[in-house]
Amino acid sequence: MSIWRAIAAATLFAAAPALLAGEIPPDARRSGYSFMGPETRAMQDNDTSNPGMLFVLDGEALWGKKGGSADKSCADCHGDARSSMKGVAARYPAFDKALGRPVTLDQRINLCRANHQQAAALPYESRDLLALSAFVAHQSRGLPITAGSDPQAKPFVEQGRGLFMQREGQLNLACTNCHDDNFDKRLAGAPITQAQPTGYPLYRLEWQTLGSLERRLRSCMSGVRAQAYEYGSPELVALELYLMSRAHGLPMETPAVRP
Amino acid sequence: MERACRHDRGALPPPPAGEGWGEGVSTRENPQEDRALTLAFGSTSPASGRGKTSPRRRRASRSTSAFAAFIVANLALSASKAEELVSYKIVGDGIPQSLTGSPGDATRGRTLVLARTTTCILCHSGPFPEARFQGDLAPDLTGAGNRWKASQLRLRLVDASRFNAQTIMPSYYRNDGLVRVGRNFAGKPILSAAQIEDIVAFLATLRD
Ligand code: HEC
Ligand code: HEC
Repeated sequence: MSIWRAIAAATLFAAAPALLAGEIPPDARRSGYSFMGPETRAMQDNDTSNPGMLFVLDGEALWGKKGGSADKSCADCHGDARSSMKGVAARYPAFDKALGRPVTLDQRINLCRANHQQAAALPYESRDLLALSAFVAHQSRGLPITAGSDPQAKPFVEQGRGLFMQREGQLNLACTNCHDDNFDKRLAGAPITQAQPTGYPLYRLEWQTLGSLERRLRSCMSGVRAQAYEYGSPELVALELYLMSRAHGLPMETPAVRP
Repeated sequence: MERACRHDRGALPPPPAGEGWGEGVSTRENPQEDRALTLAFGSTSPASGRGKTSPRRRRASRSTSAFAAFIVANLALSASKAEELVSYKIVGDGIPQSLTGSPGDATRGRTLVLARTTTCILCHSGPFPEARFQGDLAPDLTGAGNRWKASQLRLRLVDASRFNAQTIMPSYYRNDGLVRVGRNFAGKPILSAAQIEDIVAFLATLRD
């Protein structure tokens, strides 16, 4: 064997542990967008027809609105979101040193409300929380996903991977059974995507509203008749983190549109 | 521009019928409404409160112990009183005896196979011209009655993993060894013995 082949083989081998059996190699990763029909794509592509943009606009207004007993707005601390929030959502969930665990963008927004605005937490899936996270995530549109690269996040990525591979529910199916092994096929007529979380929060026509990644994950869990984890639970955060690390390098699309 | 959008809201295109997966097939409005969660594909009876594993899960689960926790949850589930299943005998690669002691009804079986809540056509397609949304994760059921004897069809429905340990096809008559089953479904098989017999009777008629 030539030295070059040996090196190539060694490199392949060294790269291999990161990619477990059945996982999608980086160059084959595709956003859910590529699975959609032309109408859905067109709706996402055009800001004037993308219903998610209404939430982004609402979020922009909330960004500048003073609130809480500190009477401060997001903008009072962070200034112009166009520069200060650029790329931020692409690295969430992010490891929080004080808490010693990863937090989602929604959780970060509520931490800012609690610690800096002295305001009450916004409930999960409430219009204001979705609007703020859509506005913040929109500032990363087109930028590559980097979440999960932080070494401290590693054990949580692994936990998420374990959950993704675990069969569960009365139908006894794991996420990987559909999203690694059967993407491009159809489940009762609906395209199965690779479950790349590129466009959240996103507008689902079926929901007739914007929804978070956690809402989507909980739907898939109830689909297999498993007990869905609570919003904000360590398990959902870990799954979200794993999905983001699995989508490494794919561009952010918030707010995406899905059927 | 953006204002125009706001006005157009009511005119949003309707969601593609039947293309939902998960909560979409339920009528659930509020995503935080936990009670309704497992109604997603719900055809079985209301919440029994059995097999609630989440508090235990929450305490036990921390990064590395996630898998251990799954096992714990799993054991807890199997330990909780499960619905009594009819006993059956596997002979060779099938179950020769009807689970109910009498033959099933093929007409009812067809209706069952076509019902989304039974889940077959999520994955399978078949000679069902009226069903618009069929799956392609699994073989077309056309001709299943030529390829398999009733005894084999019965075992496949009861526990498809007997034919292929890695199969994605659920075991329709099993109530143990499952993880985190939703409250409304815990301890119950997906289908009853009578439903299995009806479906077996129908599949046996699928001949080319
Ligand atoms: C039986 C098949 C199946 C299983 C099992 C399953 N899903 Fe899904 N998943 C789907 C389908 C179908 C969709 C809908 C595609 C669409 O319309 O966006 C979907 C959508 C998604 C999406 C949204 C992708 C996008 O582009 O917005 C994510 C993320 C996702 N699933 C993650 C998961 C996770 C995590 C699990 C395990 C807890 C899981 N899924 C289990 C079938 C499945
Ligand atoms: C989540 C996917 C899934 C669901 C739901 C499902 N199946 Fe299957 N089924 C499969 C797959 C995959 C195979 C191929 C063999 C294997 O992997 O076990 C199969 C094989 C079969 C076969 C043998 C097909 C042949 O001709 O070789 C029959 C019959 C069958 N299924 C009937 C049913 C019925 C009836 C239901 C519902 C009560 C059902 N299946 C639900 C995935 C599924």
